[in-house]
Amino acid sequence: MSSDKTTIASERTVAQGAGDATARRRPATLVRRAGRSRSALVGGLFLLAIGLAVLLAPLISPYSPVTTNQRAPLAAPTAAHLMGTDRFGRDIFSRVLWGGRLSLLVGVVSVAIAATAGVTLGLLAGYHGRVTDTAIMRFVDVLLSFPSILLALAIIATLGSSLTNLMIAVGISAIPNYVRVTRGMVLSLKEREFVLAARVAGCPTYRIVTRHVLPNVASPLIVLTTLGTAGAIITGSTLSFLGLGIQPPTPEWGNMLADGREFLANAWWVAFFPGLAIMLSVFAINLLGDGLHDVLDPHIRL
Amino acid sequence: MSRYIAQRLVHLVPILIGISIITFLMLHLLPGDPVLIFAGDKPITAQHAAELRHQLGLDRPIWVQYASYVTKLAHGDLGVGLHSDRPVLDSILEAAPATAALTLTALAVAVVLGLGLGIIAALAHGTWLDTATMTLAILGVSMPVFYLSLLMIIFLSFDLGWFPATGQGGLAHLVMPATALGLVSSAVLARLVRSSMLGVLRQDYVLTATSKGLTRRVVVLRHALKNALIPVVTVLGLQLGSLLGGAVVTETIFSRAGLGRLAVDAILNRDYSLVQGTVLFSAIAYVIANLVVDVTYAAIDPRIRYE
Repeated sequence: MSSDKTTIASERTVAQGAGDATARRRPATLVRRAGRSRSALVGGLFLLAIGLAVLLAPLISPYSPVTTNQRAPLAAPTAAHLMGTDRFGRDIFSRVLWGGRLSLLVGVVSVAIAATAGVTLGLLAGYHGRVTDTAIMRFVDVLLSFPSILLALAIIATLGSSLTNLMIAVGISAIPNYVRVTRGMVLSLKEREFVLAARVAGCPTYRIVTRHVLPNVASPLIVLTTLGTAGAIITGSTLSFLGLGIQPPTPEWGNMLADGREFLANAWWVAFFPGLAIMLSVFAINLLGDGLHDVLDPHIRL
Repeated sequence: MSRYIAQRLVHLVPILIGISIITFLMLHLLPGDPVLIFAGDKPITAQHAAELRHQLGLDRPIWVQYASYVTKLAHGDLGVGLHSDRPVLDSILEAAPATAALTLTALAVAVVLGLGLGIIAALAHGTWLDTATMTLAILGVSMPVFYLSLLMIIFLSFDLGWFPATGQGGLAHLVMPATALGLVSSAVLARLVRSSMLGVLRQDYVLTATSKGLTRRVVVLRHALKNALIPVVTVLGLQLGSLLGGAVVTETIFSRAGLGRLAVDAILNRDYSLVQGTVLFSAIAYVIANLVVDVTYAAIDPRIRYE
């Protein structure tokens, strides 16, 4: 018991000794720092607005996203239907709001999958080194040898198309980035004095990794996950666009765009608005990610 | 240099083995009995299933199956398409030139635009032109290829009638798909060229060149740009990967034949041996393209070879 206390106490001293570097970044501090970048602020607020609109879809969407209206197929945008209607007379504005829930969800969940797996592998490879490192990095090299959309396609082809499989496919194809960034950071961190000191103080490995190393990898990872979410939304909607992701009639931005392909010549709005929604969301996330990059870690090349 | 190339070739071996394992496992990880998949939609008796299993070698231990798969690959045998009923390699070789033409033209678009915009932004650092170019670049990075393709079809093809909306053959058919595909990569390159150029412009040798009285043009083009291009070459390989991936989308939208469309159609038709073949072929093509990029990189920058 007493030895435990000593360990924790000495660990604390070590952490304090490292100063700023090991201090955990609380969410409030992160928001304040992000606020210093104009692009992060604009992107963040824009994203917040999109997120709220999509979350509140059940309350604010004027029509049901799936109810058809045979009397108004392919109606151009008017006050009644802000973004017009599709071939079944469904209100596109309502479908864009509802569809965003899935498109954004795919982005967030697949990045969570990629980041969890990638950071774990990166920590293992970087901290353990030797055989573990070689094995993990060879695996990453193999994953990287597939262009990411093709890897996702191959996974979908194997698992079949469904929402869960889509998130798994997009997630797996994004793993290598997280492994590489985490491993690179860990390699340089593990030789730093505060980590060595923690080791000398008798701190168990998992504790060193989670308390001393991980917080220092947080900044580049925050930037990477932000920009990664933008990429994942594009990959996810691309797969749905190709008919390999979320299937109609469930609205999702990618499959709505695919639906509009047939009507490009006479009803441009069917494809135009879902695409605009993807572009604006990804734009907002990229602005936020770029801003965070400038504020948190301008030296890291991602 | 030849030692460097030899090293890289040795490094390629485990990667190629990894690729072959993944594509081999694709068929084995499919939910359900592979025999039923190979039998297609036709009903099949238990006896026939057993015969087919034996014929396909599926009753042998998995490592024997893998060894036979690799041996066949080494002989250029990628199997026969379940749906098309013709050798997978034939279908692939037929589709590959169109994809190569599309991706390489797109790469040219990306490099020309990316370099141009990146240099302009770096030289105009801190001015409205810099801000405008970089905002445009973030917009470009945020633009999904399929959306840009559809917008081009709506405006350039249907509204203005400048280019044919779909099909292939001739330069006119290549303009829209290659531009749509290349624009996104050009945005990525422009951002990189700008930051790399800004870093180089701050170097002492640039100051020396300027103080020697060289014109701005010579300093920028001969002293700065050459060095700024080095990190750009490294990402060209990666960009080729996203262009190959993007070709899946552009080929489908512009109804062009090619590897990407072959893969998507194969998945939709449940033609697994064709999916397996196209994925394998694309991965190998991508790995070789990256090797070429790395070797070029080492040729331009001798520091790499001695690391």
